Amino acid sequence: MTMKKTLTMVSAAVLSIAVTSAASADSLTVVSWGGAYTKSQVEAYHKPWTAKTGANVVSEDYNGGIAEIKAQVEAGNVTWDVVDVELSDAIRACDEGLAEEIDSAMLPAAPDGTPATEDFIDGALTDCAVGSIVWSTIYAYDSSKMSNGPKTIADFFDTSGFPGKRGMRKSPKANLEMALAADGVAPGDIYDVLSTPEGVDRAFAKLDTIKDDVVWWEAGAQPPQLLADGEVSMTTAYNGRIFNAVASEDKPFEIVWDAQIYDLDLFIIPKGAKNKELAMDFIAFATDTKRLADQASWISYGPTRKSSSPLVGSFHNKPDLAMGPQMPTAPSNFKTAIQNDFEWWADNQDEMNERFNAWLAN
Amino acid sequence: MSDTRLLAADGTPLKRKLAQSLFRTKLRTFGLVCPLLALIISAFVIPIVFMLSASVYDDRYASLMPKSTIAVSEWDGESPVTEDMAAAMVADLIIAKEQKTIGRVANRVNREFSGATSLFKSTARSAKKFEPPYLEALENKDKKWQNIEMWQAIKVASKTYTLGYVANALDMRVKATGGFEPQDELRQIHITLFMRTIEISFIVTVACLLLGYPVAYLMANLPLRTSNLLLILVLMPFWTSLLVRTTAWIAMLQGQGVMNDLFVVFGLATDDDRFSLIYNKTGTLIAMTHIMLPFMIMPLYSVMKTISPAYVRAAKSMGATNWTAFWRVYFPQSIPGIGAGSLLVFILAIGYYITPALVGGQDGQMISNIIDFHMRRSLNWNLAAALGLVLLVFVLFFFWIYDRVVGIDNMKLG
Repeated sequence: MTMKKTLTMVSAAVLSIAVTSAASADSLTVVSWGGAYTKSQVEAYHKPWTAKTGANVVSEDYNGGIAEIKAQVEAGNVTWDVVDVELSDAIRACDEGLAEEIDSAMLPAAPDGTPATEDFIDGALTDCAVGSIVWSTIYAYDSSKMSNGPKTIADFFDTSGFPGKRGMRKSPKANLEMALAADGVAPGDIYDVLSTPEGVDRAFAKLDTIKDDVVWWEAGAQPPQLLADGEVSMTTAYNGRIFNAVASEDKPFEIVWDAQIYDLDLFIIPKGAKNKELAMDFIAFATDTKRLADQASWISYGPTRKSSSPLVGSFHNKPDLAMGPQMPTAPSNFKTAIQNDFEWWADNQDEMNERFNAWLAN
Repeated sequence: MSDTRLLAADGTPLKRKLAQSLFRTKLRTFGLVCPLLALIISAFVIPIVFMLSASVYDDRYASLMPKSTIAVSEWDGESPVTEDMAAAMVADLIIAKEQKTIGRVANRVNREFSGATSLFKSTARSAKKFEPPYLEALENKDKKWQNIEMWQAIKVASKTYTLGYVANALDMRVKATGGFEPQDELRQIHITLFMRTIEISFIVTVACLLLGYPVAYLMANLPLRTSNLLLILVLMPFWTSLLVRTTAWIAMLQGQGVMNDLFVVFGLATDDDRFSLIYNKTGTLIAMTHIMLPFMIMPLYSVMKTISPAYVRAAKSMGATNWTAFWRVYFPQSIPGIGAGSLLVFILAIGYYITPALVGGQDGQMISNIIDFHMRRSLNWNLAAALGLVLLVFVLFFFWIYDRVVGIDNMKLG
């Protein structure tokens, strides 16, 4: 055994102690982001799949990133069978050899016969991953505390016009894009500008203007809580979390869709997963036309299949709350939308993370 | 001459008998500590040694791109890129693409040069169609291949034994031509964080000592009933989950929290201008001091318990004031407890992680939070290992200072 191999195995084994869980033969461990989002998956995917196959689904929560998958794969003790990841992590997991390849030919066709490869939107099918939802980073405010609320992304950065603390995700992702959009860069030019050193400086300079007023969050469940506690007057958030606080808990939150950054979540299978065949079956089932449309009745994340969109109905327990207009992709929300450029982030995340951390610490 | 050696009852020399019995005792002792020793070696020493070795050892590039590793090792890092280097690169890229290891190679080089990920992946996709001269083919594919910094990054990444990660942990970087240079100023962070970690640990230690000393003194000197109650009050929070305690501080200190509400009621703050007590360094200091306090009180208490009240009484009977009796007689005897408590708190604090992560905000983060970031987020385990190595050196350094100033023999844990 080479030193390198021993090294990674030992360190991975140490890490994986923290994330190991029991997985029995006829149960599938599906890992996702927790809270309202996991609930939507349990209702739309897990329960019907269990009813159909008889196999049990164990649902686990995590906070994103592929470190746990890396630890499990390198320790040779893979306990997760299916993981819900962001697009950039799906690409990275595939690159690093941490995910099984998934043949998109095994995915069911749309009801009208369109093959899956044409039914999914761009980017939703990769070598190792199958997309399930379109989600978005937006910002939201509490309308009961602000009668004349903010309208544009520039308002988020305007602390004199709209006083109060701001919540932001502790990561350069989405924040750099929003800063540039607030500084007047057109949605289509964001990544061109970010590709120049001056553009990055410009984004950080804009973030500097509100740095002292920012409360940083890390888990998706935090921003609605920060808003509800009155800790911040506005916060960036995942759109589904805000929607859920409004729909299920009657919170007076409003979403501002200007310069929303949309992205995909995908299912991957960690390399060497114990129930690989079962996992493939689960993914094929969960990402069929009906299931994706069903999920959209539980949370406001858009389905990745074109054939699912017409089937999206209303919120599961509120027949008069139509889900269509709540989606990031609804035309009225989509005017100034920015697509997260995973390739730009793959190239620049090391440098941007370092710079963001340094900026944050100083 | 008669045998003058002492003999045991069975006639063997007493010296040998003693050695035998001592050996048996040693064997038994060793047998008893054996399980613990095995556990420590297998679960502590070996993983740490392997993890630390990752800070100077990284064969990802060299093992996956062997030809180009040899080619760039013969290059001085300054002169124009040769056709040999380009040909070796193309040959390796084709193999890496076939074996699906290209992503790992690309991400490795990207640590040294932003943009390498897409460059390597897109070039590898078309590398099979390249024809000599390969240097031209590469440069036609993407003009980034003309950038000598790209090739310098490859040279740096191809080193199996490298000081690059340790240098990075100290805000430096290795140059392709050898030697070190300071990291880009906007990306410098680690020295600041190391300094802040030491500062926070020091303040927490001093705060724990100031708060804990009177408590320990009372516990050691009050009647048993009262001191037992105090002991329970100290231990109760200690038995409570760390997360619960930290979250409780969030509820206490946040903008709309208990403390701020009280300040508003008493007119110390106005309703729209409340104090920022959490999600910053203040929050880290308050929560960590609370969490570390038992680690200071317990060693102090156990030492103070053994100080006989007779000494202070004797001092007073000879005319010493209360203060003199305390300062000249009692305090010096409690120093071993102060040493043990301070060292314990300081070393625990220097590697502290959960509390700063939850309540630290942006200026209350410590070095362990960045190590966690590289373990879980950026997956740069080598850099995480290098940061850990530097932290370990810091701790050993402080241990050495402590030994020189106070003396390790003067420490008493109870």
